[in-house]
Amino acid sequence: MTAALELDRVTIRYGGVRALADASLEVLPGRVLGLIGPNGAGKTTLINATTGIVPLTSGRVTLGGRRISGLAPHLVARAGIARTYQNIRLFGALDVFANLSAGAFARPGRLDAAHANNLLERAGIAHVDLDARAGALPYGDQRRLEIARALAAEPAIVMLDEPAAGMNPTETAHLVETIRAIAASGIGVLLIEHDMSLVRAACDRVVVLNFGEVIATGTPAEVVADPAVIEAYLGTESV
Amino acid sequence: MVGQQLVNGLFLGAVYALFAIGYTLVFGVLDILNLAHAAIFMLAAFATWSLLGAGLPFWLAAPIAIAGAGVLGIVLDRIAFAPLRRRAAPNLIPLISSIGMAIIFGAIARGIYGPDERQFALAFLQTPPLHAGPLTFTIVQLVILGSAIAFMLGLAWVMRATALGRAIRAVAEDRVAAALLGIDLERTIGATFFIASALGGLAGILTALQYNSVQIDMGGQIELKGLAVIVLGGMGSITGAVIGGFVIGMVETLAVAFGLSEWRDAISYGVMFLILIVRPTGLFGKRSLRTA
Amino acid sequence: MNVLADFYAAHSKLIDQVGIDALLALSLSISLQAGQLALAQAAFMGVAAYISAVLALNAHWTLLPAMLVATLCSTIVAGLLALPVRRLRGIFLAIATIAFGEIVRIVANNLAISGGAEGLSGIPPDATTPWIYGTLVIVSTGLWFFSRTKFALAIALVREDESAARGVGVDVGLVRFTTLAIGGAIAGLAGALYAHSNFFITPADFGFGRMEQILVWCVIGGITSPLGAAIGAALLTILPEAIRALADYRDFVNGIILLVVVLFAPRGLAGIRLGKRR
Repeated sequence: MTAALELDRVTIRYGGVRALADASLEVLPGRVLGLIGPNGAGKTTLINATTGIVPLTSGRVTLGGRRISGLAPHLVARAGIARTYQNIRLFGALDVFANLSAGAFARPGRLDAAHANNLLERAGIAHVDLDARAGALPYGDQRRLEIARALAAEPAIVMLDEPAAGMNPTETAHLVETIRAIAASGIGVLLIEHDMSLVRAACDRVVVLNFGEVIATGTPAEVVADPAVIEAYLGTESV
Repeated sequence: MVGQQLVNGLFLGAVYALFAIGYTLVFGVLDILNLAHAAIFMLAAFATWSLLGAGLPFWLAAPIAIAGAGVLGIVLDRIAFAPLRRRAAPNLIPLISSIGMAIIFGAIARGIYGPDERQFALAFLQTPPLHAGPLTFTIVQLVILGSAIAFMLGLAWVMRATALGRAIRAVAEDRVAAALLGIDLERTIGATFFIASALGGLAGILTALQYNSVQIDMGGQIELKGLAVIVLGGMGSITGAVIGGFVIGMVETLAVAFGLSEWRDAISYGVMFLILIVRPTGLFGKRSLRTA
Repeated sequence: MNVLADFYAAHSKLIDQVGIDALLALSLSISLQAGQLALAQAAFMGVAAYISAVLALNAHWTLLPAMLVATLCSTIVAGLLALPVRRLRGIFLAIATIAFGEIVRIVANNLAISGGAEGLSGIPPDATTPWIYGTLVIVSTGLWFFSRTKFALAIALVREDESAARGVGVDVGLVRFTTLAIGGAIAGLAGALYAHSNFFITPADFGFGRMEQILVWCVIGGITSPLGAAIGAALLTILPEAIRALADYRDFVNGIILLVVVLFAPRGLAGIRLGKRR
């Protein structure tokens, strides 16, 4: 299924801290939206709000026009949103096939080996054995397995939280292909990243967060040249 | 008469508090529930009985047994918990390990002493009760309250005024940071177990005095009551264990006074259950619920 | 054949005990598979044992209907317990369920209908070996089929990482509730069988001591493996009996085995890992 993810003036306040203020963005099917910003800007809070882990103080989140803000996290997942995590959260003691089956949990029926291998291929790890223990895989493969697990859900939207963390330039370049292929299959991708080369290469549009507010939206080229963005990063090499 | 009941509650509460401090110290420092605590409680009582039987006077036998309990606590840690620390095992494993040690301690005690009840043949246990106005109490009760307060004050002093106390609090707060600050984790943990088990042993001796009975399964009830105390007081909080101990002691004594003696224990466990549902951190526990 | 018959005649009590212990271990292992240290199995067992006994003694019910009604009751009790404890994890859940177990035991100790501290006696010994093992076989088969369902995968996911489980669409609350209820049902069956194979039951039979024992079997057998749990139960029930010289040291041996397994083989005999991430 394809559907657009829309955040409409989402504000999140807890304990006196304003983590997100009037944040609005749109992830369209088949497009990759980058989400960047200095550490603490609210990027992970935004993802957590979208997946229902953190409640909204105001605003709404819709998927394909249907409101998903306020739903329990497992219902948001079933509605068609899949994600990867900043710190890998695979089911480490289970094997690769079980992890993929987990990803496909909400889908009717069972995953079969052929489909599982196809998922691994789309995530760029076709060489990985279905019987391998997920926690024993090399770091880069684990990151990609998380992506494969997200794809197993056949989601409308995939949210990738710093998937390139710890990768070298070659792996990162490979990741660009993977991400663009995911988008090409009709899925909308939200990409949180610090690595600007990845963002520039993989994203159609970029949203910049700082102190919980959206300070710029546009193509990667536009955003990189935006004075407000440069000031926010002030001296950071990655821009 | 309510005043008398409150006084009785004090004595019961004092023992609960001592025992619960032992639980809470270990939990605070290691996030572990040590279910072998009650076994040490029992062994200290038996050790005292044996030492008395060997001819030692009480004022010598008891401290030796208490120190022995402390040492046993260190041994317990070395065998059952330290190896797991090195392996960074999830917290449920040490719990089970402690059950294993509790079983072993119990088996050793049964092997040495058998299932029969023992009694202390002490003169001061036979002295008639004293009166202070409308209130009645025995010498034993004074000993209980007196030693409990003395040890609690001693503990407070250690925790506040000594380097060891600071180290224990640091390790309880954040083990990694404490290590980075140069605190010797293993020694601090060992010391924590010594103190916790010594207090547990003291509680055992006092309980044995109170009922003039030493028996293999004497730790059965207090093992679970102690849990109620630390839940009420907040797991990891010494203040909580003390206050919680006295509150539970009072609640139980009053329950008996109001004719609810058969339900006395159920009331304590009911309070415990309710707190876990409503406010799991108890009165003074750590703010967030740690996943054990 | 005669050898078998003689063996059975000499050890029928033990054989029955092993069957019931295996059921108890199975009942706990379900919760443990979901990563829930829910230590109320002894209480569920007790509820069913008492209800079954009362039905048999006061209303002259036969074994099967009494067992079914008793099990239904223990399942309901388990379901009711699941609600208030749904937010608790780890040690807190363990302690809450222990408290619950104690309350149940004290209730049984105080009510007239349950015979107070003396319990109930004269329960018709209808639960013969075929009944016990028949139940064990049915439960085991049921669990085996169950292990092949998606729900069983969900249970493993909840154990491994609750948050990630939610992220793939697993209703964690439902999983926890269901595993507790199933555990309550199996423990209930064990309880009814226990009542009808021992002539009398007392509240002390269903206290924390029994609960610890069940936990020990599961740990030794391998917490997340039902087969392992059953094996653990069988092993620790038989071992002290089998080796006469060890009879006096039964508890000591139990403790040593537990310690050895925990320290050197935390995956238990069935080799599955203990513990999970939130």
